[in-house]
Amino acid sequence: MRQSWWKVVCVLLLGYTIVAGFLIPVPALNIINETIRNLYFHVPMWFTMIILFLVSFIYAIKYLRSGDLKHDIFSAEYTKVGIVFSILGMLTGMEWAKYTWGEAWSNDPKQLGTAISMLIYFAYLVLRGGMKDEEKRAKISAVYNVFAFALMIPLLWILPRMVDSLHPGNGGNPGFNTYDLDKDMRMVFYPAVFGWILLGVWITTLKVRISLIEYKRENNF
Amino acid sequence: MQSSPFLSLVKKDLLIEWRQKHTLFGVLLYVGATVFAVYMMSGQPETKIWNALFWITQLFVAINSVAKSFLQEHANRFRYYFTIVKPTTFLLAKMIYSITLLLAMSLMSLLLFSVLLGFPIIQTGLFVVITAVGSISLSAVFTFLSALAARANQNAALMAVLGFPIVTPVLMMLSNLALKAITPVYQPGWWILAGTLLLLDLLIIILGVILFPFLWQE
Repeated sequence: MRQSWWKVVCVLLLGYTIVAGFLIPVPALNIINETIRNLYFHVPMWFTMIILFLVSFIYAIKYLRSGDLKHDIFSAEYTKVGIVFSILGMLTGMEWAKYTWGEAWSNDPKQLGTAISMLIYFAYLVLRGGMKDEEKRAKISAVYNVFAFALMIPLLWILPRMVDSLHPGNGGNPGFNTYDLDKDMRMVFYPAVFGWILLGVWITTLKVRISLIEYKRENNF
Repeated sequence: MQSSPFLSLVKKDLLIEWRQKHTLFGVLLYVGATVFAVYMMSGQPETKIWNALFWITQLFVAINSVAKSFLQEHANRFRYYFTIVKPTTFLLAKMIYSITLLLAMSLMSLLLFSVLLGFPIIQTGLFVVITAVGSISLSAVFTFLSALAARANQNAALMAVLGFPIVTPVLMMLSNLALKAITPVYQPGWWILAGTLLLLDLLIIILGVILFPFLWQE
């Protein structure tokens, strides 16, 4: 992943997202109005968060199979950046909800789902912070990562069946994917998703490189 | 008669529980005091509140009673167990022990709830079954997490923090299921929800069995 072509792609895609996202005309809908442009910024945050947590989960399994501490560093850094994206997604969503739903928090299942995943990964950080021994910390946090992620996915799938959703596309609300999302919006939305995911991976690779240098320095005498 | 290691482990834990009566009575008193505190705060609430309070009480009783399963044992004794049984056998034995303990505590708190906070239940049998399923779910999750917290040399507070986000949706499912036994409301999809909860329990136990050997080795 040291090659630079995908970083160029990332910058181009995000530049395109920001310029086109604010300039290209959008369908005029009641209540939502121009806030529909939040689609290019808020929704990709969730996609990126789930992808980063998934990669962290895969590295946790890799660590358990191999016992190589590098995999633990990868897993931990992907989790940390995933948490940053979950916070960004929550903030952009709550700001949007304040104007369209009338209040920032309204017990929407997707909000609850995110709150649950944030709590899980905050607990992961607390768990890691409490241990000094590297091997032990790596093993125990990998076990918790696998356990929590494997349970989180079915729980996130069950939650919407317990509470009604206000999100577009749920419970009779007009959705982005049915008739409101016209061709122009798709032209911005899909590049935006890829751009933000690449940005998340890019940030993580930088953090991983720093951690690997620190790890090598601490283990050389 | 030669018994299997699984049965003798469960028997050992239950025997310790019976002989060290002070810890057992400690947990019982905890249940009683919690229900009494809830009663002092709420009196005899309406049915939906009753249900919510009951499941919150279950959560706290579960944290307090299941924490003992791994956290009460000395680290050195784990090394001894390690030499005589397989890790999965050990985990399953601990799970059965905490399920038994929590089941008894749940029935006790149900009894106290019905004495102090009123008895709104229509279908008693169904409610008891749901309470039993709830005990299984809560103790399965917290047994595994207490093993994790014990390995990390942490206390019960960490176990609770790790468990809350996972257990909250499970509690929501349980209280929704229990509403059927309390109010005569038509609930479409009740059986699907019940099936999902059972599948989730199975998933928790399978995950525990797969992951516990990694936690166990040093």
